[in-house]
Amino acid sequence: MRITQGTFSFLPDLTDEQIARQVEHALAQGWAVSVEYTDDPHPRNVYWEMWGMPMFDLADPAGVLAEIRACRAAHPECYVKLNAFDSTRGFETMRLSFMVHRPRQEARFRLRREEGAGRLVHYTLERA
Amino acid sequence: MVSKADRYKAGVLKYKEMGYWVAGYEPKETDVIAVFRITPQEGVDPEEAAAAVAGESSTATWTVVWTDRLTACENYRAKAYEVQPVPGIEGQYFAWIAYDLALFEEGSIANLTASIIGNVFSFKPLKAARLEDMRFPVAYVKTFKGPPTGIVVERERLDKYGRPLLGATVKPKLGLSGKNYGRVVYEALLGGLDFTKDDENINSQPFMHWRDRFLFCMEAVQKAQAASGEVKGHYLNVTAGTMEEMYKRAEFARDLGSCIVMVDLVVGWTAIQSMSNWARDNDMILHMHRAGHGTYTRQKSHGVSFRVIAKWLRLAGVDHLHAGTAVGKLEGDPMTVQGYYNVCRDSYTHKDLARGIFFDQDWAELRKVMPVASGGIHAGQMHQLIDLFGDDVVLQFGGGTIGHPMGIQAGATANRVALEVIVLARNEGRDIRNEGPEILATAARSCKPLEAALKTWKDVTFNYASTDTSDFVPQVSVA
Repeated sequence: MRITQGTFSFLPDLTDEQIARQVEHALAQGWAVSVEYTDDPHPRNVYWEMWGMPMFDLADPAGVLAEIRACRAAHPECYVKLNAFDSTRGFETMRLSFMVHRPRQEARFRLRREEGAGRLVHYTLERA
Repeated sequence: MVSKADRYKAGVLKYKEMGYWVAGYEPKETDVIAVFRITPQEGVDPEEAAAAVAGESSTATWTVVWTDRLTACENYRAKAYEVQPVPGIEGQYFAWIAYDLALFEEGSIANLTASIIGNVFSFKPLKAARLEDMRFPVAYVKTFKGPPTGIVVERERLDKYGRPLLGATVKPKLGLSGKNYGRVVYEALLGGLDFTKDDENINSQPFMHWRDRFLFCMEAVQKAQAASGEVKGHYLNVTAGTMEEMYKRAEFARDLGSCIVMVDLVVGWTAIQSMSNWARDNDMILHMHRAGHGTYTRQKSHGVSFRVIAKWLRLAGVDHLHAGTAVGKLEGDPMTVQGYYNVCRDSYTHKDLARGIFFDQDWAELRKVMPVASGGIHAGQMHQLIDLFGDDVVLQFGGGTIGHPMGIQAGATANRVALEVIVLARNEGRDIRNEGPEILATAARSCKPLEAALKTWKDVTFNYASTDTSDFVPQVSVA
């Protein structure tokens, strides 16, 4: 399976050149870019590991690309994503977030069903 | 102005003479302001007509009553203070009316609407009346809790950023059994949609009782989540005959793990506010289907503009609101529709006559409503939709997903690929409005479902003149 979290997961994996153009866009909006990685891409796992701090006050996408490459090299079997954070009042949240690296073997999930009274089912998503 | 003794003598006075017309009145910061479009009967002075609207939407009755003198009645009278002819339309006038904050119960849309639209629309001296827009003072806005979730928190819960969300309404909207209905949900979500949706009139009919629908739909949602690793949802319509029944259905949706429920506008303002409270208490996104609004929003001469309905719904507290597509099968001039979107999404809405917005509106930190574009749209229009509405919108392709020649999953994939490729191109600085068709065609070369979608619907447009358009020509300044 292909985990389809992130803004561009239905497109072929972005090349570094394409990633750089998205970073350029984010920086032009004044958003702070950050890199995160995880070996647990469960949809409820919102706290991926931070690859350093968000890169505030950055002007050149090249620095971001270097961080992405370093993170991939250190965690080749993890998912790596790039976030762009907007601190404008009324947003103060992520404005863009997409995968920049996937492990060779993608994670799989299994649905566990716990049957209750009537036909009620309690669902749990587990790593397969 | 007549003397006090004459003013309160038994009998009938003109509304203007009763104090409902105050030329040049400067509205207080704490006043609620409404602008009505009025069409007075032949021979009725427009200022008198405006005063009558002010009177009938506040304290007046048709005759003088001495009991007014037991109150500080000047405070309770609404004040018509400006009348302007509608540009280019003979016999119609815009009338501005200010209402003191004391007239309204805090946190009640039912009370607000009982005053503002309770009586005046049937008033004989007017041929027609339309509530065009309202301005609410911050003090009043703060008495409402607003959307239970809002755009920012919805995205954080779904973990989806930087692109419009994608949905589809299950079709045919009537007749499918629960099991077959859930199949459509599963295929559409697996193919790449974020949400699927019950239609407005799917409640609990003989062919599919509500519990059956909820159980099959949630099985579909959960399976699609497991297969994609993405958060997905189905708007389970909890609209029912009583509040007790709606709560019961909403609780079942929650127990099955749904992240969203929906209600129809026809349940009424009080029911909407109650469901909003319930949604807050249960971490649920509340989707609003504006069923029935066309009966009073569409015609320009009479009714209530949808921008007013959108403002009331943001105060009442819904998270999703159908607000038009501009390019699809349902009514909506693009600028006017953008005006509705701004009402839903702005922190502060600026006066913008070309988009039908008459007032500045400070939303006082009220959360933002996610607008929904639904009705007769397809993948080939993706660039237009994203150009018009940006990222914070749910794009719903019902027929445009389920009617795909290669099946529902392929239909969903076509839409998702079209969406992502247009967002990617826009962020790269490309001119999507003009280059959109080319960008989509290039993507279609390596995506069969998109290729088929573009081919099937390439010539489908709904180019009819809109009935509800702005009366103001765009100008450099609207001050």
